[in-house]
Amino acid sequence: MPRAGAAKRLRRDGAAILGLLVLVAALGAALLAPVLSPGDPVKNDLLGRLSPPMWLDGGDRAHPLGTDTLGRDVLSRLLHGARVSLWIGLTAVMMAAILGVPIGLWTGYRGGWPDDLFMRLGEIQLAFPVLLLGIALLAVLGASLVNLILVLGVSGWITYARIVRGETLSLKERGFVEAARALGAPDRYLIFRHILPNVWASIVVVATFSIARVIIAEASLSFLGLGLPPPAPSWGAMLDEGRNYLTTGWWLALFPGLAILLVVLGINLVGDWLRDLLDPRLERGI
Amino acid sequence: MPRFLLRRLLHTLFVVWGVVTAVFFLVRLTGDPTALLVDPSATQAEIAHTRHLLGLDRPWHVQYVDFLFGMLRGDFGQSIQLRRPAMQLVLEHLWPATVELAVAATVLSTLLAIPLGIVAATHQNRAPDHLSRLASLLLQSMPSFWLGLVLILVFAVQLNGLLPAYGAGTWRHLILPAVTLAAAPLAQNVRLLRAGLLDVLPQDYIRTARAKGLPERLILYRHAIWNTAIPFLTVTGLSVGFMLSGAIVIETVFSWPGLGRLIVQAIPGRDFPVIQAGVFVFALIFVLVNLAVDLLYAVVDPRVRLS
Repeated sequence: MPRAGAAKRLRRDGAAILGLLVLVAALGAALLAPVLSPGDPVKNDLLGRLSPPMWLDGGDRAHPLGTDTLGRDVLSRLLHGARVSLWIGLTAVMMAAILGVPIGLWTGYRGGWPDDLFMRLGEIQLAFPVLLLGIALLAVLGASLVNLILVLGVSGWITYARIVRGETLSLKERGFVEAARALGAPDRYLIFRHILPNVWASIVVVATFSIARVIIAEASLSFLGLGLPPPAPSWGAMLDEGRNYLTTGWWLALFPGLAILLVVLGINLVGDWLRDLLDPRLERGI
Repeated sequence: MPRFLLRRLLHTLFVVWGVVTAVFFLVRLTGDPTALLVDPSATQAEIAHTRHLLGLDRPWHVQYVDFLFGMLRGDFGQSIQLRRPAMQLVLEHLWPATVELAVAATVLSTLLAIPLGIVAATHQNRAPDHLSRLASLLLQSMPSFWLGLVLILVFAVQLNGLLPAYGAGTWRHLILPAVTLAAAPLAQNVRLLRAGLLDVLPQDYIRTARAKGLPERLILYRHAIWNTAIPFLTVTGLSVGFMLSGAIVIETVFSWPGLGRLIVQAIPGRDFPVIQAGVFVFALIFVLVNLAVDLLYAVVDPRVRLS
């Protein structure tokens, strides 16, 4: 079915390009936030409080998306918020992978008690609602950017460890690994030259989707008041502020959510495409 | 089969023990609740006295052993803030509020998924299928609590209180939180059911059913759908974890008096017994549902052997 295949490809690639465009725009917004912002994201203007978006009655062209309850420019806060969300998403996912991948390689290759230990630990962690773990850890450590990244990063290790372990278990029995072992290659060589390169694709796919999950988790924690301390602009914290003004300032709760939706959508589209491209075995048939 | 069950039950106990142990030490790292409890002008001696009354002046390992033995008797101690048995508080918030919300959301996300998934599969690559793909993508990409805020904005604010935004009590209060919680699992279920049906529909037994002249509706709802049940079950087991986590934020959005909100409010107050009892119940539900899912595999598909 070459035609159906082509149509499918176009749809997938088209969606992926759209997703990529969204992500590039978000990255651009994050990098250029100080240049693009019409105002200061943390400067109060108590006389200009709750000014609506500019296309509505009473809107001000200086504040395209309106102002919040302290008179801060919403668009500027959104642009600076992109920095927070993307930075936390990227660093936390990297940290989770750096912790989880070696654990997965080691436990999958060696087996034995470390395998039991880490897998049991992981099961305990998975039975713990993610958000509660985050809330409790942040209550211990205190809310700050570094702690937020630490909590979201460290709690993500199990995803990588499980996937890498599973693949390592099957790869180490495969012919090419056996052959290299028979030739006397040391374990370290087998793991890094033969096993890791074959797990790489799965790691990239999982990491992509994880960025989306971390961004939503960060927003949820900030929404519960455990994210960055004010006045730092974070999308979740903006939603938390906005929910008390649904009747007088609906735009405060609408725009940050749309920003999260767009970025997460972009990541999911790119992730779907990467999965089909790199790792057909992971296909969910969606 | 009995051996499998025994091993799984032991495993379940182990996981729950791990979770309560982690939470026991984690909450104690957050600090001392007596500081939040006593009058700001209290003397050191008064603070020490309160701490002694709460049993928090004992070494952690003593408190821990005490806690484990209490747990075996079903005694999770007294809430520090509310001076009532912690487990009783937790159960009052679990039933009916959180159970109502979780059951309503599960029913919504499962029952609605069946007709929607069938329509998407029978109209593959036509408008209804594209629409459903787009809708699922959007629903799975938005934070659930934001969807909740938007629903409040539309149904409670713009439509002048058509549905209540906050609180609990009547079935009308249940609608918005349940829809919010059901949205993402519904989106996932529809896609899963569609994929499953597309595998099943070209099979011979469906062709036979058609050749016998059975009505299409009967073929879809009676013959095809049961063979898509296995992936459905797996995801339902996982989505219980999502629902429990989701309930924590969504109960906060809608001021729903459930267990998630109880725990969230207990953490800043350092109400250790309530947090411990609440997390214990959450973890227990999670592992028991996943155990039930594993057992149901064998019921749904007799080819699955439990070992």
